[in-house]
Amino acid sequence: METHSADVAIIGAGGAGLRAAIALAQSAPSLRIALISKVYPMRSHTCAAEGGAAGVIKPDDSLEHHFNDTVGGGDWLSDQDAVDYFIREAPTELLQLEHWGCPWSREADGSVAVRPFGGMKKQRTWFAADKSGFHILHTLFQTSLQFPSIQRFDEFYATDLLVEDGRCVGLTAIEMRSGQMRWFDARAVIIAGGGAGRMFPFTTNGAIKTGDGMALAYRAGVPLKDMEFVQYHPTGLPSTGTLLTEACRGEGGVLLNKNGRRFLQDYGMGPETPLGKPVLKTMELGPRDRVSQAFWHEQRKGNAIATRWGDAMLLDMRHLGEKTINERLPLVRDMSISYMGVDPVTDPVPVRPVVHYMMGGIHTDINAATSLPGLYAAGECACVSINGANRLGSNSLTELLVFGRRAAVSALEYLQQGGRPAGGAALAEAAQARVRELVQRTGGTESVAGLRKEMMQAMEEHAGIYRSGEGLAAACAKLGELRQRYRRIELHDKTNVYNTDLLQALELGSMLDCAEAVVQSAAARKESRGAHQRLDFPGRDDRQFLRHSLAAYAGEGPPRVSYRDVVITRSPPGVRDYSGGHE
Amino acid sequence: MSRRPYARPITSEWIFRHPRYIRYMVREFSCLFIGGWTLLMVWGFKALSEGPAAWAAFLELLQTPASIVFHLLTLAFAAYHSVTWFNLTPKALPVQLGEEFLPDRVISGAHFAAWAAVSAGLLYFAGAF
Amino acid sequence: MRQVELEVLRYNPETDREPHFQRYAVDCQEEWVVLDALNHVKETLDPTLSYRWSCHMAVCGSCGMMVNGEPKLACKAFLRDYPGVIRVEPLRHFPVERDLVTVIDDFVAKLARVKPYLIPKDKAPEAAEFRQTPAQLKRYKQFTLCINCMLCYAACPEYGLIPKYLGPAAIALAHRWNRDSRDGGRDARQEELAATEGAWECSFVGACSEVCPEHVDPAGAIQQVKIESTVDWYQAHLMPWTKK
Repeated sequence: METHSADVAIIGAGGAGLRAAIALAQSAPSLRIALISKVYPMRSHTCAAEGGAAGVIKPDDSLEHHFNDTVGGGDWLSDQDAVDYFIREAPTELLQLEHWGCPWSREADGSVAVRPFGGMKKQRTWFAADKSGFHILHTLFQTSLQFPSIQRFDEFYATDLLVEDGRCVGLTAIEMRSGQMRWFDARAVIIAGGGAGRMFPFTTNGAIKTGDGMALAYRAGVPLKDMEFVQYHPTGLPSTGTLLTEACRGEGGVLLNKNGRRFLQDYGMGPETPLGKPVLKTMELGPRDRVSQAFWHEQRKGNAIATRWGDAMLLDMRHLGEKTINERLPLVRDMSISYMGVDPVTDPVPVRPVVHYMMGGIHTDINAATSLPGLYAAGECACVSINGANRLGSNSLTELLVFGRRAAVSALEYLQQGGRPAGGAALAEAAQARVRELVQRTGGTESVAGLRKEMMQAMEEHAGIYRSGEGLAAACAKLGELRQRYRRIELHDKTNVYNTDLLQALELGSMLDCAEAVVQSAAARKESRGAHQRLDFPGRDDRQFLRHSLAAYAGEGPPRVSYRDVVITRSPPGVRDYSGGHE
Repeated sequence: MSRRPYARPITSEWIFRHPRYIRYMVREFSCLFIGGWTLLMVWGFKALSEGPAAWAAFLELLQTPASIVFHLLTLAFAAYHSVTWFNLTPKALPVQLGEEFLPDRVISGAHFAAWAAVSAGLLYFAGAF
Repeated sequence: MRQVELEVLRYNPETDREPHFQRYAVDCQEEWVVLDALNHVKETLDPTLSYRWSCHMAVCGSCGMMVNGEPKLACKAFLRDYPGVIRVEPLRHFPVERDLVTVIDDFVAKLARVKPYLIPKDKAPEAAEFRQTPAQLKRYKQFTLCINCMLCYAACPEYGLIPKYLGPAAIALAHRWNRDSRDGGRDARQEELAATEGAWECSFVGACSEVCPEHVDPAGAIQQVKIESTVDWYQAHLMPWTKK
């Protein structure tokens, strides 16, 4: 098997992976960095983030505000020491990106502009029109091209982490273009593999977001933390699930039910604010979990509008005017016209909540280190946790940068401690044999597309905005069954070159692992908090559940769920208040 | 190694794949006429230097039907080339005033205006009016 | 609901001597794009079909392919715009790895060659941003919108005929940095841009800008590079004293 030796191997070349790679390259030019990604870096899903990145920069804002917004937004499930680190580093990282040439939108005086975002008390979201993630990704990717020590392995799918003597010593990956397995002999590994929204049928997530990074760590013995917290973004296009950024509402767009009522005022986010004059942290600028949940209730009341693609609400931006929409929300306009046939300048756009982001992920500490020595994780695949039970919009792009860099620093410190066990060859051979068996298997009775469909159905039905014990039990049973049946899949395509049938089979394996962690953790959490809402346990229960769930891989059986205390430093659990009138 | 990337052959078929490529080739093709006309002018200078008889013969040649057809074609191609070229000028010469860029039609319009003015000047010197 | 005939180029180097077309009849929703139809084929008719895709919102740049002979993003090629049989081929001018998947090493290498990153003119301010007015931002913003989908390379006959040509996207991205008020790296990029196989290979077909799904206008960028390079030459040869 062809072998590549590296000091640090990074899995995933989106925002977090690129940020880590650049930090490593800058710290020591002699380091050999292997940047491994199943897609070319510019295809990574960071590019689809629209609204912006949060960081305190303006004089009327303060770190304390950002801290309180984040912790309260996360329904007190965030680790407060991690949030403190995050908000302190945020402005530095966003400025660093500016110094690398990111085309941030600007004020007339040439300073960076900020915009309002949901759940934020102050305007602190840096943005580049409504393609902020795209510009961050391309700025990082292009910046990375100046460092010869970053060796890229584009379109390599990582299949296994290699763990020897309790340390992570590398990984194996398939080179898509040849179908050959490669062994990456690495002294440290950083996973930056992104989220897993594709386990749901209706998601803003691109095809590549199949939880591969999470599953790699999970199978290597690192637990997945807080997986039951799945964020629904309130405003996706009903036809395709395409995201219409929260900035639509930040700029003044409003949500209407079929009677034309701004219904959020009926769900603890009122009183109504004047049209076109958005007030921070209330009404349409409430947090995503609350807004999505409000839609669910409206739907039950029969107040949703019917579209060909199911129930929806209306996002009305007409009062913003053509100039503002073109300047600040050009992509939103383009996509509404393309995929819905509705021009937001002249008509309200039908939208509905759509799976968007995983608050949970690979359990890491505040230093982006996992419980497995030599393994680090950052970005959506990781759970530090700063996002708690509900992420605030525009915190995740910043998180990529802050913890991407942090993972690099931690990996470097680990390397400086010296020694590592030799070997990994036997493990790599075993990994290769496993994939070979999957490709060559005959007599299988299950298909990738079939299992995927059943998984999506179970997740949609039972792990959505509102959940019940009964439904989750059914989902647990279903996913256990799918785990068994997955062993009997057979590929149609048994060739080597760019075999996407194989790729999808491996991705399905990752998604099934993540999905089972989601439903098992959700079934065990008998309370409602943030994005995890139980019809049978409608209240928050701090006594029992002010704790992170940890789902640990158990091979043949379902994951074992255990708990770990939340770090509370200075903000005791309180009431999440989004009624602007109380402030 | 089982890779075997397939390089598709490039044939001249691309010219007819889309009207834009035909328009482009016509624009490129116009140079043959403009070049031919330039050679004709060089010949004219030569005739002028050789004396009144040669010059008169040259003038006579210019009045033949073939020459008139050639001149009309050249004029058409030159006009086509100029118009397409001036339409492209906003791409090559964007002008930013304050925050906004001047609209494309202002830039191409300015070129057309200058073209008209120069042509009128030449015609004036040639005694056309 | 409409039944669509897709004619897809297939090529598996392990089983095919050369590419061939395969037909699929697909039941499609009216509002679908070509990518949806391909996904439907992959899921229900033929799992061996290979192609790249991810975001389904025209921003990741993965799904560039030829649709009825025109370079398109499959996620933005609406079935309603194609009444008859729809012919889907890999992006022209790139070698075919497998089915609709092309080898794009050439573009990726060229992008790196033009130094598409900030080469700062001045030292970055401490704990503050470079100031850049909205007008200065607008000066280059359009050229930042390139999603690297390479439709422009597939549309450009010059690139097809002269593969060494740097090509539209790489030049537009280099130009993006040249026009950024924070950047001082134009001289460093000129070696590639002003070379014969840089901007001067372009004969201004303009097809790149016509097919660009993000309205980047690479053709404009290339002509601007030509004009700047010309000015450079005259300055260096006729007015050597103006050169720093």
